[in-house]
Amino acid sequence: MIAHAIIFYIFSFVAIVSAVMVIVSRNTVHSVFFLILDFISISCLFIMIGAEFLGMIMLIVYVGAVAILFLFVVMMLNVSQQKNEWFNSSQSSSHIPVGLLVSIIIFFELIIVIGGWKYKSELTDSISLKLPTNITNTQSLGNVIYTDYIHLFQLAGMILLVSMIGAIVLTFRRRSDIKRQSYFKQISREREDGVELKDVDNNKGVKIDV
Amino acid sequence: MPEFLLLIFSEIYKILFLLVPVLVSVAMIVWLDRRVWAFVQKRRGPNVVGPFGLFQSLADALKYIFKEIIIPASSNKVIFILAPIITMTLALIAWAVIPFSETFVIADINVGILYLFAVSSLGVYGIIMGGWASNSKYPFLGSIRSAAQMVSYEVSIGVIIINVLLCVGSLNLSDIVIAQKDMWFVIPLFPMFIIFFISALAETNRPPFDLPEAEAELVAGYQTEYSGMMYAMFWLGEYANILLMCAMGSILFLGGWLPPFNFFPFNAIPSPIWLIFKILFLFILFSLVKAIVPRYRYDQLMKLGWKIFLPLSLLYVVLTASFLLYFNKLPIN
Repeated sequence: MIAHAIIFYIFSFVAIVSAVMVIVSRNTVHSVFFLILDFISISCLFIMIGAEFLGMIMLIVYVGAVAILFLFVVMMLNVSQQKNEWFNSSQSSSHIPVGLLVSIIIFFELIIVIGGWKYKSELTDSISLKLPTNITNTQSLGNVIYTDYIHLFQLAGMILLVSMIGAIVLTFRRRSDIKRQSYFKQISREREDGVELKDVDNNKGVKIDV
Repeated sequence: MPEFLLLIFSEIYKILFLLVPVLVSVAMIVWLDRRVWAFVQKRRGPNVVGPFGLFQSLADALKYIFKEIIIPASSNKVIFILAPIITMTLALIAWAVIPFSETFVIADINVGILYLFAVSSLGVYGIIMGGWASNSKYPFLGSIRSAAQMVSYEVSIGVIIINVLLCVGSLNLSDIVIAQKDMWFVIPLFPMFIIFFISALAETNRPPFDLPEAEAELVAGYQTEYSGMMYAMFWLGEYANILLMCAMGSILFLGGWLPPFNFFPFNAIPSPIWLIFKILFLFILFSLVKAIVPRYRYDQLMKLGWKIFLPLSLLYVVLTASFLLYFNKLPIN
């Protein structure tokens, strides 16, 4: 049990410190790396409470895909310079009220959640599902998602699909000024299409039309 | 407390018992790779150091250790040093869940296949960090290419894994092996095995998909600025990843540690040996591909991943699921 506690505090310490470092560090690429460290330690915490499926999915989706896209954007756009300029400009202070509002809302939400959990512990029993303990949590998750919540699950998938198609439609431009490769055309090319024999007279030359 | 310490020591012993052979075999398969490559091209390959050149990799390692590590002045030093360490670590920790026999597995976790998938998808960070931290054009381009390539092919590997999971009904690697007792999955899922093999080539940046380090265009890709032991660590990590992909392929499709036929001369051979045979078989296929197939162009690579492999493997998921449902063979427990 004590080993469990030690490991828990190590992971949560790393998670909190790296979350702070995401905001504090001057270099944007470092911020993203700290964000990744944060994701990893949180997925370790998930695994520690027995939610191994969620932890692994967190690693695969957030660290393996989302954070890589973050890194791409940050590395390609050279945001770090812009960020430093932005911090020093007068423009940045105009956003402080909005940031304050958002952080106050999050703070109160946290107080409600933690307070409710601490002083009314039976509350979570009434709203959460009773999970059988003898099957793995991948199975129990599947049993819930694909039966009771199938419509919500499908809806979430639809929203993702629509947003993906929307992003593709908005950014896709088919360029007409480049040569495209068509395997079918290449394979179906015969000798007659490509090669032509010409009798060349002496001192005349050949006119080739391309 | 002594019991606690005993537990830790036995675990460390088990881990060393696995990792030391893995590291040695990584060195050996580098030799094997070069040797196979040479034989295909009618050369001799490394044959000077030791019998059949077996100690070539050791000699190379010695050379790397004694070389100077050069860290470029304008590089991002912490990330530059971290990158090969991360590649190496990720390539080694994945071996924790590989089952070598019914009992010999370090961590027999419920989500073993997801763990393998997650670790192999994290492998891209070593490359991307190395490329960015070098602060130089060629490494950066190489790492961007490699990241896009690995993310693309991960998608099709994920869908292929779903195919296998539909037939097994569990994410545990030992369960996946045991489910193949009657028939290896390579027979019903043969097209998926081919796609898995090609995706594994792309995922490990092997030829013909070694665009991140295409020397004609990018010098050596993300490894350009690395030298000495740090370069060697990238190299070892890469080969450990290749071995891991071979292990994954043999567990998912070739029945892991199961013998091909369950009667006398076959089932007398211990099961770890079978797994090693299968890994070696897949690895020799990897090296043959390296020797005989020319390098792909980058747009062709992306086209293959997204427009051919992804729809095909998705279609096969639908086929597998419908087949299992129709014949009432879904593994529900």
